[in-house]
Amino acid sequence: MELGPIWLTAKLAAVTTLVLLALGTPLAWWLAHTRTRIKPAIEALTALPLVLPPTVLGFYLLILLHPGSAIGSLWVQATGDSLTFSFSGLVIASVVYSLPFMVQPLQTAFAGVGRAPLEAAASLRASPLDAFVSVAIPLSARGFLTASVLTFAHTVGEFGVVLMVGGNIPDETRVVSIAIYEHVETLRYADAHVLSAGLLAFSFVVLLVVYSFNRRFPVHAI
Amino acid sequence: MPSETLELDVAAKLGAFELEAALALPLDGITAVFGPSGGGKTTLLRMIAGFEKARGRIALGGERWLDSSRRLHMAPHRRPIGYVFQDARLFGHLDVRGNLLFAARRARNGGATVDNVVTALDLGSLLHRPVADLSGGERQRVALARTLLTDAKLLLLDEPMSALDTERKADILSYLETLSVPMLYVSHAVDEVALLAERTLVLADGRVRAFGATREILERLDIQSITGRFEAGALVRARVVGHDPEYHLTTLDMDGQPMVMPMSARLAPGDFARVRVRARDVALATARPQELSIRNVLSGTLIDLVREEDSPFAEALVEIGDQHLRARITRASADDLGLAVGKRVYALVKSATFDQ
Repeated sequence: MELGPIWLTAKLAAVTTLVLLALGTPLAWWLAHTRTRIKPAIEALTALPLVLPPTVLGFYLLILLHPGSAIGSLWVQATGDSLTFSFSGLVIASVVYSLPFMVQPLQTAFAGVGRAPLEAAASLRASPLDAFVSVAIPLSARGFLTASVLTFAHTVGEFGVVLMVGGNIPDETRVVSIAIYEHVETLRYADAHVLSAGLLAFSFVVLLVVYSFNRRFPVHAI
Repeated sequence: MPSETLELDVAAKLGAFELEAALALPLDGITAVFGPSGGGKTTLLRMIAGFEKARGRIALGGERWLDSSRRLHMAPHRRPIGYVFQDARLFGHLDVRGNLLFAARRARNGGATVDNVVTALDLGSLLHRPVADLSGGERQRVALARTLLTDAKLLLLDEPMSALDTERKADILSYLETLSVPMLYVSHAVDEVALLAERTLVLADGRVRAFGATREILERLDIQSITGRFEAGALVRARVVGHDPEYHLTTLDMDGQPMVMPMSARLAPGDFARVRVRARDVALATARPQELSIRNVLSGTLIDLVREEDSPFAEALVEIGDQHLRARITRASADDLGLAVGKRVYALVKSATFDQ
């Protein structure tokens, strides 16, 4: 049994989930409370990864991140490393790809909390940040759990974007789904079986956990 | 110490509803905000708290909370107010004690202590209960306690006791009266208003219809259409003369005229009692009637008489000493008796209740 791809996949999913918690929380909060007219446009952008073929996403990310691009060359100057075909590039790609799985459940959770408890907190002298941390987050705890689990699982399950942006470099970009693809290509079905069955079981357990907790935070394209 | 004033000159538009209010509210004691639902009571409180956008100015003492001409809007959590919401709004992720501590930890200087409010509002047995398990009345008591823990200069109470039974309400009202924090108290119940408030603000259709001493407001005839569907009446002050345990009566002296009422042992001779008399419990006579079961016959002068159009009734205002009683009589009686402003009349009080 190869542990390399499994460890790499877990690391990628964990890092992606943490980055998305940091980025998706303010975005979801803003979407839940804004009255701006561009809200539908931002929501549509956020949901795009749900409907786009991973190849399209991967293609644009490749163009955006390759060492000759603005972002890519900056990254090379700063770190001496390329963003494409590297773990860092995979994290960026995964963050984009899994964005709706973090933002949508959180947005639903925040909207469910509503303004009422926040007004109550403000009347008790809690600043907006204090009210967010001590009232909104605890009241949205299930939303956070659902969002994190779905983001983690969805990142584990990605294939097309990884292949486009990361390729197949052992211990760098060779995650489980890529390893399975390679096993099948090289007719090593026994190895493919082990990893596939593992992923299948993992995904089922994750969804079971989510559905057991609640059905209140669905992820949807429309 | 001269009390501070809350200066309000605000306007807000919420959908089709518009609210406009300009008044200077002395910050001492309790001011009732009274009026029909949809009249703007809650909106006014929310503007003062900063939850609702408004145009105009709000200032407490020298501190400006809102000045839309200077784009100044103090954030709600910086305003020294406490707010009891109609729907309690307890934090569902905390138990009762957690809700109280949330407030106590953020009170900058003092406010009541947790032990104090827990005792006063009888919350001892609820402290470790999740708020989801509380009854409506219990929620309101916890919400009130939580707000009393803040170091507020002004409490905004939006029907804080609508879910409480009469006995509990009386206990809490007397506790509120002992607090020195000024309050704006929204209520539907005229009895609560009469009992508590020195001042009353009447709001209807988004406008201030009346603002002044509660006693005067309650007896003013032109706001009758607003207060009328509750219980029109008047508040009078009378000195307790003594009790008659045998007949279970208390004798009072109202500006030199005797009055008897069902006995209230809480009152001692010499005390001043507030007595609420409903307009429909007062009849009028032009001569002192004899051989009558009604014991309270007070002589006075008719100072106002409003005949209600398209209705059998008329409202009379009678001056007794320097106090007033309202009487709801029929227009036919008013005409038969030849009632006119300035005429000497006898007010026959069928029943009255002590306010405290």
